[in-house]
Amino acid sequence: MAIQVRERKRTEKKTAALSASQVRKAFRPARVVPGGGTTVRAVDDVSLSVWRGEIYGLLGANGSGKSTLIRLFSTLLTPDAGEVRIFGLDIDRDELAVKRLINRVSVEASFFKKLSAMENLVYAGRLYGVSPDDSRPKIVSILHRLGIEDARMTEPLEKLSRGMQQKVAIARAFLSTPMLLLLDEPTTGLDIRSKREVQTFVRDLRDEHDATILLTTHDLDEAARLADRIGILHRGRLVAEGTPEELAARHGGGTLEDVFMTLTGRRLDDADATDAERST
Amino acid sequence: MIGSASAQVGLAYAFVEREIALSKRYWAWELVWLVYGVVTSLSVAYIGLAAPAITGGDSDPAAVSRFVLYLLVGTITWRFLGLIFEQMGETIAWERWEGTIESTFMAPVPRLTHLLGMCAATLVRALGFSVAILAAVALFVPVDLSHANVASALVLLATGAVAFIGLAIGSSVFPLLWTEKGLQMAYIVQAVVLLVSGVYYPTTVLPGWMQALSVISPATYVIQGMRDALLDGADFARIWPNLWPALVVGAVSIPVGLRLFLWAERYAKRTGRLKRSG
Repeated sequence: MAIQVRERKRTEKKTAALSASQVRKAFRPARVVPGGGTTVRAVDDVSLSVWRGEIYGLLGANGSGKSTLIRLFSTLLTPDAGEVRIFGLDIDRDELAVKRLINRVSVEASFFKKLSAMENLVYAGRLYGVSPDDSRPKIVSILHRLGIEDARMTEPLEKLSRGMQQKVAIARAFLSTPMLLLLDEPTTGLDIRSKREVQTFVRDLRDEHDATILLTTHDLDEAARLADRIGILHRGRLVAEGTPEELAARHGGGTLEDVFMTLTGRRLDDADATDAERST
Repeated sequence: MIGSASAQVGLAYAFVEREIALSKRYWAWELVWLVYGVVTSLSVAYIGLAAPAITGGDSDPAAVSRFVLYLLVGTITWRFLGLIFEQMGETIAWERWEGTIESTFMAPVPRLTHLLGMCAATLVRALGFSVAILAAVALFVPVDLSHANVASALVLLATGAVAFIGLAIGSSVFPLLWTEKGLQMAYIVQAVVLLVSGVYYPTTVLPGWMQALSVISPATYVIQGMRDALLDGADFARIWPNLWPALVVGAVSIPVGLRLFLWAERYAKRTGRLKRSG
């Protein structure tokens, strides 16, 4: 897979949509026996900035700390150390203001599964101060763009496929028109067609709505296709960062997969398989 | 200021609307729980009706009728208060089960508004269930409310609801922090409150240490006051000795419960407990 060189629209002055400085997060295992278990360092001294209007791809194997980092940026976890700012607001001190600017799509589409897509999204809209009168037409429009027909919108979500549920999750995040959208492996488990539809929607979202997007993935093709800049996360540490071209130039050229292998000593697929085995 | 207040009401209403939508989708389960409530309340009423036969004591119809009403007031008031208590914890447990708790917690809704919205949804449900159970039980068992002071009873119910909201918020910390068994922990707290609050008997029959616990349970005062109001027609002045302690417990338990919840939320975010795994 060759790295594509693309022309990017660059702003005159860069504004940080997200800046993280020396962020750390560790988890202690449950104390089944006194002193048992080892502390897992999920995020280890990560500093990064995502510029306004940018799509930033965080690439890493399973267990590399991508989801933990997204949860830290989503106010769902508090860092052990370091500082996170969203559009200049401190994520801890200005939590409510930060929440108004962000939204997140997680790898698992979580909904009230007996409720329909429309009911779930109207509820989500209300939580962000969007009245049903305003949200309903917007919901229909977004779901149409994502390829969901009218008849499916009023069915309980449990009757929709995993791909459709993930699209509804993306619609939920977009409904609040976030300034910063955090996408945690949004296309994992989707078929090729759904994956492409979601990727197109993500890019349209940035181009049409001035949204900033932080995307985690372990799909090299997706990272190269969507991201303006890529950060490679390995065992909780950000080991490299740059445009796909810069990464290739800095780390011996070739494909993004070659870059990943140079930096981590493993192919991404092998790293995922090893981590999956370790977790079972 | 008014705009901000109305915005908060709008946000809180989201939780009421969500519960109504869920109740519609789960209507069969709602029916099951309603039947369960009617059956358990009827069982208690029949114990009252059978008391002379069981004890070989006084079979004066007026005394039996009073005893049946004594038990029914206890069981239905407890059903109302218990639903408030259960619903808060169950909603948190449900959100954890569905996985929506992270979406709810990262929404720009102040926690106080969130919890007030959940309380409002809970009250609507508890009131609907209690009225339906009372109506259904009255079809089977003669209920003599000719001496009842309904206004006093309503004031007591409203006060009891407020007092229980604090306890319910505090207890919902269990399912927030312990996904698998947290709800059962909340049920244990509820069972202890049931034991010491004189739902089916006067608290004077309890051992001394249990009577000490009954003093801090708001249900003790609400149920006693409800009996005074519905059996003996007690007016506001006569229910006041039971009203003010319930008000005090409510005034203390709501801020304490809220603080406990906020602490638990911070702890969950520090330890990663909002998500079960990964």
